[in-house]
Amino acid sequence: MNSPVSSTTRARLEAHLRRRERWRWPEIAFWLAALAAIFAVPSRAGLINEILIAGLFALSLDLILGLAGIVSLGHAAFFGLGAYAEAILASKGYADPTLGLLVGALLAAALGLATAPLLLRGADLTRLMVTMGIALMLGELANRNAWITGGADGLEFTMKPVLGLFKIDFTGQRNAALYSLVVLFLLFAGARRLAQSPFGLSVTAIRENRLRAGALGISTSRRMIAIYALSAAYAGVAGALLAETTQIVSLDLFDFHRSADVMLMLIIGGAGYLYGGLIGAAIFIVLRDVISGATPEYWEFWIGALLVALVLVGRDRFADRAKRIVDLLTPRFARPRSAP
Amino acid sequence: MSEPALEARGLMRRFGGLVATDNVSLAVQPGARQALIGPNGAGKTTLINLLTGVIKPSEGSVFLQGEDVTRLSSSRRVRRGLVRTFQINQLFPGMTPIESLGLAISERHGRGADFWRVAGGRPGIVGEIEELLARFGLTSCMDEPTRTLPYGKQRLLEIALALACRPRVLLLDEPAAGVPEGERQDILAALAALPKDVAILLIEHDMDLVFSFAKRITVLVSGRILVEGAPEEIAADERVRAVYLGEDGHD
Repeated sequence: MNSPVSSTTRARLEAHLRRRERWRWPEIAFWLAALAAIFAVPSRAGLINEILIAGLFALSLDLILGLAGIVSLGHAAFFGLGAYAEAILASKGYADPTLGLLVGALLAAALGLATAPLLLRGADLTRLMVTMGIALMLGELANRNAWITGGADGLEFTMKPVLGLFKIDFTGQRNAALYSLVVLFLLFAGARRLAQSPFGLSVTAIRENRLRAGALGISTSRRMIAIYALSAAYAGVAGALLAETTQIVSLDLFDFHRSADVMLMLIIGGAGYLYGGLIGAAIFIVLRDVISGATPEYWEFWIGALLVALVLVGRDRFADRAKRIVDLLTPRFARPRSAP
Repeated sequence: MSEPALEARGLMRRFGGLVATDNVSLAVQPGARQALIGPNGAGKTTLINLLTGVIKPSEGSVFLQGEDVTRLSSSRRVRRGLVRTFQINQLFPGMTPIESLGLAISERHGRGADFWRVAGGRPGIVGEIEELLARFGLTSCMDEPTRTLPYGKQRLLEIALALACRPRVLLLDEPAAGVPEGERQDILAALAALPKDVAILLIEHDMDLVFSFAKRITVLVSGRILVEGAPEEIAADERVRAVYLGEDGHD
């Protein structure tokens, strides 16, 4: 067992299991760039904040779509629930942002737990319809219960400073963006860790072959429910974050287009390696900003064209080309797993 | 005599009007090398699904080391030591052999819900993965995605994954199916080297493999057990020849 051959095998084996553990420099550069952007263009801090929140929302979708292979066109249900939870809390005087994030996460997770069993059976189409239906129901509930949600008028409220120190109202947009970045980074680091854990491996295995995962003794249903609830919590935090940094909520948070947009962002950036949602959110929102500045009302044409190109040509081919260039520059770049 | 590792009592399974499994009683002793054979449509797959819990019987029970597991889900039966391989590879195409085996082992340790520790960070797992890789000759391709492995290697991984669950009873569903001649020897060697204390039920079409491997053979025809016995008895049985082996069977 202690022969030199065996010990090198063991070292290689261990290195293989831990190959994604260390943060590589392109990742570090990514986060530093995000931080730098907030200080470099403080006038666009609002836009950056929007990107960060959309990125967190897309990351939450990646947890189920990229990792577990569960499609959803109703993720806005959790986003909207998180936002409204925060809005209602704040308008009742509990305006501490950290508390809001926590409550948003817990409520969304509870809704995720309650609805996940509906997604265990059935093919992708069933799941798309069920998730969509739940988002519709939630939107209508918010509409009907105007006594607490404000109905079509929405809610306006003011937040206390983050940790009692940093104001995040619209005079403090840079603070808001920094706050969103910190929350996004912490949750991203958690998701990154989870993806490499035995739990993450088991969820990946369920996506790749549910029959065999079950034959290894994994209760596949429980794992799927767990990852769905976690994804819902992430979406809830994203919603709460949006509510806190804009200090207004309205019914459009539950809209179908929210669910569709976040799916678009994830597809544009690529599902399954966690950065895809963040990159997709940045591309999507910057494109919208640039194009709608040039030709208002027409930007969706271009986002549509981009989507068609990506799906037909294959994002993998774009990504492969980009990766080959990066590989040339950095031999040790942690390879993103390709999307399913 | 000790109690059977796996036992079926009076298993019946109807699909509408069709009786796919008809009053099957079967015992696999600890450490057995038993084969289940039968012509196409004999109901072998249904019987495997009944034993592993993929489908529930209309009547009858399944016992695992004396414990009635008829009502248990298939993943629970796996955790109690009843593990199977598949006739058509059921692997994780995008995962490497290291990851696949690491997953199976951490699940067996009950650490599968651990979401914080990096997989493989636990001591013991790495050594066991290494041992399994070596035993099945998979070390050379251990860090390549499973989909890129040659078919024979995938077939070996199929068995290695089952063994990573530390089975007490192992159901091998046509382990050599589709394996090219050149890689067949590896499969046969791997089968011969399976742990002695694991009871094995081999479902196989390949008579050479059946007769070289099994000490006991059960013949299933039309959902019923036609005969069970030592290989010589089966080879000499006229009824078996008639329904199964054909004229050029084993003398």
